[in-house]
Amino acid sequence: MKRLLKLAIVMLAAMMVLTGCGKNGETETEEETISGTLTLAGSTSMEKLCEALSESFMEEYEDVTVTVEYTGSGAGIESLTSGTIDIGNSSRALKDGEKEKGAVENIVAIDGIAVIVDKDNTVSDLTTEDLVAIYKGEIKNWSELGGNDEAIVVIGREAGSGTRGAFEELLGIEDSCAYAQELDSTGAVLAKVGVTAGAIGYVSLDVVDDSVNAMSLNGVAATEENIIAGNYLLSRPFVMATMGEVANQNELVQLWFDYINSEAGHNIIKSAGLILPK
Amino acid sequence: MKLAKNKLIEGFAKWLFAFFGVVAIFAVCSITFYMILKGMPAIAKVGMSELLFKTSWSPTSANPSYGILYIIMASLLATATSVLIGVPIALFTAIFLAEIANKKIASIVTSAIELLAAIPSVIYGLLGAMVLVPMIYKLEKLIFAGSLTHQFTGGSNMLAAIIVLAIMILPTVVSVSMTSIKAVSNNLRFASLALGATKIETIFHVVIPAAKSGIATGIVLGIGRALGEAMAINMVAGGCVNLPLPFNSVRFLTTQIVSEMGYAEGLHREVLFTVGLVLFAFIMIVNLVLQRIRKKAIDND
Repeated sequence: MKRLLKLAIVMLAAMMVLTGCGKNGETETEEETISGTLTLAGSTSMEKLCEALSESFMEEYEDVTVTVEYTGSGAGIESLTSGTIDIGNSSRALKDGEKEKGAVENIVAIDGIAVIVDKDNTVSDLTTEDLVAIYKGEIKNWSELGGNDEAIVVIGREAGSGTRGAFEELLGIEDSCAYAQELDSTGAVLAKVGVTAGAIGYVSLDVVDDSVNAMSLNGVAATEENIIAGNYLLSRPFVMATMGEVANQNELVQLWFDYINSEAGHNIIKSAGLILPK
Repeated sequence: MKLAKNKLIEGFAKWLFAFFGVVAIFAVCSITFYMILKGMPAIAKVGMSELLFKTSWSPTSANPSYGILYIIMASLLATATSVLIGVPIALFTAIFLAEIANKKIASIVTSAIELLAAIPSVIYGLLGAMVLVPMIYKLEKLIFAGSLTHQFTGGSNMLAAIIVLAIMILPTVVSVSMTSIKAVSNNLRFASLALGATKIETIFHVVIPAAKSGIATGIVLGIGRALGEAMAINMVAGGCVNLPLPFNSVRFLTTQIVSEMGYAEGLHREVLFTVGLVLFAFIMIVNLVLQRIRKKAIDND
């Protein structure tokens, strides 16, 4: 009993010292009194961007909590229109059905889609026609495109994925793709293409690393400059949708969009490998 | 005074246990209710035969079609073949452990099998994707060399999923079968041996028939495990809706939900709930069969 009491006293003292330190460290006074919770949900492709934005936003406004769930573009917009969240993230333009329900499209960034192949592939450039023929299953071997005699393993995303929707729509090959594998995340595609000889896949430009080669399309390399210049074929918008115009939203949502449009916000978008919309 | 207190405690305990008993029943009932509630609307909208007997799955096209026949076939076929491969291995392992192996070896192998049961399914999937899939791709290239029509899957296909499932059901079938073989009375063994039967004859003609309801339970539990597995096979099956042939990339009832739920909206999402309902129905059937076997075994005793 005595020992327990001693322990309790020591712990109490330690806690007092710790909290005291915390108070001393916070010297700056709050200018903004805005507080509350901002909830976002939607595209998994936008995870990197949202994490970076919410982190620095919460640093700027300490009493605000931003929670982001990565449920997928469709699910995000659905949560938005059903009123459970403030902002729905979508890595594709909103569908007409979604707009009819009152969702408004606010494009915060543009993402490029890179076509990737494994490191040993000698083909480095594809024409639009080649890419379409590969994904339709008309070209089945890299030797037909001047590469090694290696079967083409066509890898894509699952139905409903924003990346797949954007990729197929941009190439005009909706529902006519002959996939050999449909994987359910960007990371899985990147990993699979990296280790499978003859594989081809598509992912967000900003996640491409040196485990794979990014193809140039029609002689245009998959780079930010080319996407901004409008020369690169495969790019898509990152949308943060709201119910009604941003101007009609609550203070917190407006503050969020002000932050995105500030210089700090722009820097975050750029450092996430994305391109600012015009 | 003390008696009254005891009575109070007894009464309280009775209600408490009754309450906890009801929690499980409540969970089962609410899950069943929820699955039917969520799964039925899509059946009404798409049409039962359209959904269950059509093969084309293109939920996001302009003219969406929601046929899940290939998916159902893949689930049933993969379960059946993995059980066909896994059960003989498991059964012989169980016989070896219960009847033939000496104590030391048996304890080592038994703990290895218990460990196998404890490994999370994602690890099976990971190993399948890293080790098995490249090997199957080599085999695929060998078999389909020069083929102009075959679509190369890169090794992620039905065959890979079947092998992973066959390994995953081993521990369940082994441990349940082993327990039931060990439970067979020694009198039977001694009687058989005394009549001049060899040890192997005794095992196959006396011990296994005597333990058959326990073995059947193990097999049905294995079927349930194979049918309900999602994570491991999602990582090795390729994930395209195709006719379930060994070297085709396929999708199962479980992986269908796992891989498309994230981005699905509208009717597509509702149909995924229906896929869940179909899976639920299959699992229910497996469980009913299991209860039947157990009841029969009790009646026989």
